[in-house]
Amino acid sequence: MDETGAGGPVMKVIGLHSAMLTAIVAIALALAGSADVSGRTAPRPRVGSKVEYCMDCHGPSGQGYHGYLIMPRLAGQTPEYFESQLRAFAERTRERALFINMSRVHGMSPDMRASLAAQFRGFNPSPFGGGPRHLVATGRQIFQEGAPEANVPACAACHGPDAQGEGPNARLAGQLFPYTVKELKNWTSERGSGGQAGIMAPIARALTEQQIVAIAAYLSYLK
Amino acid sequence: MRFMRLSIAIVALVASAVASPAGDSIRNCTWCHGTSAQGFGSAPRLAGQRPPYIENQLLSFFVHARDNPLSAQYMWAAAEGLNGETAHELAMYFSMLPPEPAMDGNKQLIDIGRLIYEEGSPESDLVACAACHGPNGEGVRQIPRLAGLSYSYLKRRLEEWGEGYHTGAEPPMPGIASKLYPQEIEALASFLSFVP
Repeated sequence: MDETGAGGPVMKVIGLHSAMLTAIVAIALALAGSADVSGRTAPRPRVGSKVEYCMDCHGPSGQGYHGYLIMPRLAGQTPEYFESQLRAFAERTRERALFINMSRVHGMSPDMRASLAAQFRGFNPSPFGGGPRHLVATGRQIFQEGAPEANVPACAACHGPDAQGEGPNARLAGQLFPYTVKELKNWTSERGSGGQAGIMAPIARALTEQQIVAIAAYLSYLK
Repeated sequence: MRFMRLSIAIVALVASAVASPAGDSIRNCTWCHGTSAQGFGSAPRLAGQRPPYIENQLLSFFVHARDNPLSAQYMWAAAEGLNGETAHELAMYFSMLPPEPAMDGNKQLIDIGRLIYEEGSPESDLVACAACHGPNGEGVRQIPRLAGLSYSYLKRRLEEWGEGYHTGAEPPMPGIASKLYPQEIEALASFLSFVP
């Protein structure tokens, strides 16, 4: 009885707080809704978080998804690289010629970028696989030792011995086979040749298509 | 040369439709979906649809996963006697028929519909349809072609997810469709019905 009596006022205060919070959220959503360009008049109740938004395209655990576009694996990505790519979309230095406005669909605040980066770092779904298995051994060799005849350094030197990535250098383990192939074949047109992306430009150019396919095959199975 | 190729294709198509075990099944389909499979009423167009998508849907009727009332009423029984081989032949046959856009949506909603289709609504966590369904609603592999499907079919299909039907469908569509507002469904269905 005493407990119930003591709990009453406390519950009331919490109730009041949550009511105020609800009101603030409702106002915030109404403001966001009115700024929307899709002609919506009422604010959308926030059913899914931004993480779910990402997963709607990049797969339910961020393992990547091959729709009309190839949406890369995000799971386990290094936060630094993750955020740098969101910035690149925002600044239109990455894939600006696509039929989808990548800057807009990836638009969000810097705080949100950081939160998402931390979230996806923690996911660890199994890799998709899918690359030609008979090329995995060749791919592993190029990844670990480079291609001396073409002056290509070992990928492992920057991306880590198990392709887990390091700081600004992307995690590549488990990346979708067709995605890695596409990126390496079109590096400069998709990523530009400035900044951090510029480091990869001459390397991607020096690789033959066969070598690219082998590396991508190896990475597609890597946990 | 082109004419010859076309003739051969037509002969092959007719021959396969008549001679194959799928011949009777094709006729059964066209009773509701139309003789040129352009769709009729609530029965969607099959012409030009992606073969793996048609096969997947036939399977989902077979196992009763696609469970909206009209599917339960018509398609469950229609798919009952199908084997995998016939389903595949049907899918190939209908995918090769040339599609015509239904153009039965509200013209005034085309621009809004296109905007939602191409960009989604990032502010409210709605993804762009085009990322998976393609810049012109053409679909790819198991992802359906949406271009030119009828307004009434698209509208019902999108609404049904929100109503809790076919939730066992492969993600992400059940979740995405459930987020859509009625006005957004109207606009998307209208826009897509005019896409050639």
